Amino acid sequence: MGEISLEEKFQNTIDKESKIEPKDWMPDGYRKNLIRQISQHAHSEIIGMLPEGNWITRAPSLMRKVSLLAKVQDEAGHGLYLYSAMETLGLSRDESLEQLITGKAKYSSIFNYPTISWADIGAIGWLVDGAAIVNQVALQRTSYGPYARAMVKICKEESFHQRQGFEIMTNLAKGTKEQKEMAQNALNRFWWPSLMMFGPSDKDSTHSDQSLKWKIKRMTNDELRQEFVNKTIPQVEFLGLTVPDPDLKLNKKTGQYEFGAINWEEFYNVIKGRGPCNKERIAARTKAQKEGEWVKAAAKAYSAKKINRRNTKAA
Amino acid sequence: MKLSNLETFCLILADSNLILGHRLSEWCGHGPELEQDIALINVSLDLIGQSRSLYQHIAKNGETEDDIAYLRDAKDFKNHLLCEIPNGHFGDTIIRQFLYDSFHYFLLEGLTKCKNNFLRGYALKSIKEVQYHLKHSGNWSIRLGDGTNESHNKLQESLNNIWAYTPEMFELNTPEIQFYEKLGLNKDKIKNNWINHTNNVLREATLKIPESNWGQSGGKTGQHTEHLGFILAEMQHVRRSYPDAKNW
Ligand SMILES: [Fe+2]
Ligand SMILES: [Fe+2]
Repeated sequence: MGEISLEEKFQNTIDKESKIEPKDWMPDGYRKNLIRQISQHAHSEIIGMLPEGNWITRAPSLMRKVSLLAKVQDEAGHGLYLYSAMETLGLSRDESLEQLITGKAKYSSIFNYPTISWADIGAIGWLVDGAAIVNQVALQRTSYGPYARAMVKICKEESFHQRQGFEIMTNLAKGTKEQKEMAQNALNRFWWPSLMMFGPSDKDSTHSDQSLKWKIKRMTNDELRQEFVNKTIPQVEFLGLTVPDPDLKLNKKTGQYEFGAINWEEFYNVIKGRGPCNKERIAARTKAQKEGEWVKAAAKAYSAKKINRRNTKAA
Repeated sequence: MKLSNLETFCLILADSNLILGHRLSEWCGHGPELEQDIALINVSLDLIGQSRSLYQHIAKNGETEDDIAYLRDAKDFKNHLLCEIPNGHFGDTIIRQFLYDSFHYFLLEGLTKCKNNFLRGYALKSIKEVQYHLKHSGNWSIRLGDGTNESHNKLQESLNNIWAYTPEMFELNTPEIQFYEKLGLNKDKIKNNWINHTNNVLREATLKIPESNWGQSGGKTGQHTEHLGFILAEMQHVRRSYPDAKNW
């Protein structure tokens, strides 16, 4: 049997909507593509802990402090699930984290923007987790089993985060004049970067066609982006805020919100490391990983000693 | 503000938990591995949660837990000094945590049998969480103390540096002594349990307990280290900058 029939069998499994599992044969390109996507996703979860973690010590009430802590803890958990899913494809977490700090692996560009007011925490929960949900709901049907299952777990928590973020925005938008300004300002800064989270426009996306055929992705970047806008604009209206897009309008015929042009130049610059916080994010990860080395070495040495002692006793 | 003995007792515990929880939360996203990030956040969440129940219990005249946490200055905070010491490296954090957890655990154990209904219920609930904290920080103390040479030396230094902040836990001021008696809490028993447990764990960790018993204190009467002011400046900043804001 040649590789062609293996490949056919593989594609048949996918076409039948069955899942590919770690031990199944898969084309190299599928494996590589998935490793890229899952690690990028995992890195986004843990880099995302930084801009949000930035406000834990300043949260304006104990209730908010506790729920933000719990949220960021969830994101760490998401990172763990995703790294485990990635490891089933043959790349270890340590290797992958090394690729993150050397810049070889990417993460969501949104986390390269700074969180400069408390309202940013609301905006991130509402918009960024909201955009993540749109993306991830589609990914629950992705063809790789461990990834799809990780998405199911993660989605439940993301909806909770999104509600929490929206609640923060509601309190601010219905609060004092200063609070409302804070909310509008956060929306102004996070709106376009949130739309960019879905990645390049379909006509410029390098990975899209193959990913759709393999059902790694289930919807195109532009479809997902449109769904997010349709879902979010009524919420903006409910809050009594406005998005920073003079071209936004509802197309009565299609029922879709049409929006203005995305600044792709900004997007590509941020992706290439020239965003406002890229350096800080990578520096923070590098520091954590370097300073964690002696701790990991100690834990390893201790468990080796323990096994040794047990064996000596048994002998 | 004149405080009853119960209020003083609750504030010492609540402030200690809040400030230590705050310190732990500074680790968020910066821990050695994701697993430790998650574990430290867990402990932080529990401690802040416990401080909230205590603040809610002593709040009066329409005051909220947030008024107590956000609108007092350093001189009114009653936390143990140990809790406000900066995180340092992971080993510093673990040793600080272990010394506090063992005190916290045996104090709660005493409270589960005390004469105050609220505190008894509070302790029964909290001790389950603190039992986990103690196990976590104890295991890490052993792992790092008995790990590599480097980790051993680092941890011994952490212990030497923080040791002077331990006597304060058992140095009771007058309202506390009266209150311990009224509750039926045995201070000596708590102290002996603490000594035994810390000795056992630190011995297993191959660490040497510093000889000096000279300690720094003052936290419980509002005389703090230089660090607390910065913690509060950060923690209270947003809240105090928008005094008219009702909801967050
Ligand atoms: Fe997440
Ligand atoms: Fe999330």
